[in-house]
Amino acid sequence: MSVGNPKSWMPVKTLTLKGNLSMDANSAARKLELWKGNEAIAEAAVRAGLEAYFGYPITPQTELLEYLSTRLPTLKKRDGGNRVFLQAESELAAINMVYGAAVAGARTMTSSSSPGFSLMQEGLSYIAASQAPCVLVDVMRGGPGLGNLAPTQADYFQLTKGGGHGDYHPIVLAPATVQEAVDLTYNAFDLAEKYRAIVIIAIDGNIGQMMEPVAMPPMRAIEKRDRGWELTGARNRPRRINTSLFLQPHELEHMNRVLSEQDAAVRANETRCVEQFTDDAELIVVAFGSAARIAQTAVKQARARGLRVGLFRPVSLYPFPEDRLTELATRARQFLVVEMNAGQMVQDVRLAVDRAAGAARYPGYAGGALNWSWTPRPTVQFFGTMGGLTPMPDEILERIEKYMPVLPLSETMIERAALDIAYTN
Amino acid sequence: MLTDSMRTVYERPLTLTPALTHYCPGCTHGVIHRLVAEVLDELNVREQTIGVASVGCSVFAYNYFDCDFCEAAHGRAPAMATGVKRVHPDKIVFTYQGDGDLASIGAAEIIHAATRGENITVIFVNNGVYGMTGGQMAPTTLPGMKTTSSQGGRDVETMGYPIRMSELLATLDGASYIVRRSAHDPGHINQTKKAIKTAFQTQQRQMGFALVEILSSCPVNWNMTPVDALCHIKEKMIPYFPLGDFKVAESVKLLKG
Repeated sequence: MSVGNPKSWMPVKTLTLKGNLSMDANSAARKLELWKGNEAIAEAAVRAGLEAYFGYPITPQTELLEYLSTRLPTLKKRDGGNRVFLQAESELAAINMVYGAAVAGARTMTSSSSPGFSLMQEGLSYIAASQAPCVLVDVMRGGPGLGNLAPTQADYFQLTKGGGHGDYHPIVLAPATVQEAVDLTYNAFDLAEKYRAIVIIAIDGNIGQMMEPVAMPPMRAIEKRDRGWELTGARNRPRRINTSLFLQPHELEHMNRVLSEQDAAVRANETRCVEQFTDDAELIVVAFGSAARIAQTAVKQARARGLRVGLFRPVSLYPFPEDRLTELATRARQFLVVEMNAGQMVQDVRLAVDRAAGAARYPGYAGGALNWSWTPRPTVQFFGTMGGLTPMPDEILERIEKYMPVLPLSETMIERAALDIAYTN
Repeated sequence: MLTDSMRTVYERPLTLTPALTHYCPGCTHGVIHRLVAEVLDELNVREQTIGVASVGCSVFAYNYFDCDFCEAAHGRAPAMATGVKRVHPDKIVFTYQGDGDLASIGAAEIIHAATRGENITVIFVNNGVYGMTGGQMAPTTLPGMKTTSSQGGRDVETMGYPIRMSELLATLDGASYIVRRSAHDPGHINQTKKAIKTAFQTQQRQMGFALVEILSSCPVNWNMTPVDALCHIKEKMIPYFPLGDFKVAESVKLLKG
């Protein structure tokens, strides 16, 4: 049997940023301005054609609401009236106002932070069932309970697994920079309308409160349109009904199948991830959002020490880039998931890595000899900070060194493995 | 044979669909639906109206009104209607809510829609009981009244008192038209229709928040015949929930002429 160079059994395809992001190309051509994350997201939404915002104050997202309170009423919406800003009496009311504006056909949005986001879950379930497109921003903070205001990523489960009752998944995008937050928000409304789905921009206070140079996208014209479902009054057409109630089981089954088909299309087309140094990595750090920024520093430091370490950053938390991760798991031998929570995304990473087991054989070291037939699947390690503590690069580097495979792959070892196998056979 | 002296005196309003309702015999929801539909016809606004159904017996209201409709989560109809109205200020937007929906789980939403002076119309049907779930105690259940969740009768010491929503909402500066009517006999039904018309005209002229509370019967869950249920409204409910105009803004008074 032929073993050959390790590179020959690496998939050639390298996935980078997928979808409509093109941030670097556009950014270069535009003027850079210094923007605070929350306000930059608000302005990106305005430029994407946001017609109606409903929200409730909660730290650390409040600048987003404050910014829109003065910005939106100065602009026109598609019928010539002013765009809408309204401070609701609660997050419950805010999400239901978004629900109303969305079924009425407007580009609409709300924002909140973790405890407020919990309150919105009822509305999100109804909105998902009604297929009312809308955009939400969750600037995650410490929990559970009232928690604190510091940055965490502890809403991962709530955001990506549905959150409310019933079967549905919002599209969840996790930018790692203010520029990426702007670009993802700018495209979020198109994405929501394409799939008649909920799109959530998931960040934390690190990104929401940070100021960075940003190239703002151009202001988009708001077009009049009738897509056949919005409620605008039954003039010269039959009435339209938007409901999430289907008492007959076969009708609800049908509605769920429609949502499942929509979900399948989202999974097929909207997966986004970014990779660095994964080509030859023996250990891959998996992290999203602000944790990924810090992990990137640690990965570069590890590279400087000669360690074959890579970074895998899911940009779409849902749909999770599981296929690419499974592909990487056929050659990387160790994964280190870094999150600002007790270990949530790590479960999705484990599922993806476990799928790879059996798909390939791994070189392993057992009983003093390297062999191919006996090897555990790549292991998935976890490092997390909670309570609003942000992990430091040296803490991640320490884990990288701890979990690096004991015997790095080398040409000699591959050859020895081949000999071992030939000998035992 | 049709003669000149024959004319139509009664027919289905354009705004009502031909669907048979799911309401129980003796329930006054059907009468109230018809009143709303007649008013929308008379104001000629069917094609620019968007209704918001609530959760409770009237959850299927959208099956019976021939206009655009959406269905809100329990209690959230005023918030959803706010979203619709704010993006379509030129349309007529109304909610149709029961007492469990409006006075209990949706108390915050109705109070804040009213205090904002949200330019919507609210049809509030109060029958003092949770109808759809099978007759449990509502925030409007009368003291001593037996329900499936207050089987010894509502004991105000432990279960609290009924809430009078119209009186409460009338204290808010943002509310323009808050009245209580009853659907227990033809005279009161006519008065109810007039109030519903004023409430929609209030919205049409952009005069702010309007709510018509209508005392309604629930023979099945009250364990009464339809006739007895109507008598119950007159004899028991009206003394606790007096009919009247609790808030009529000066502008709305002019409207009524």
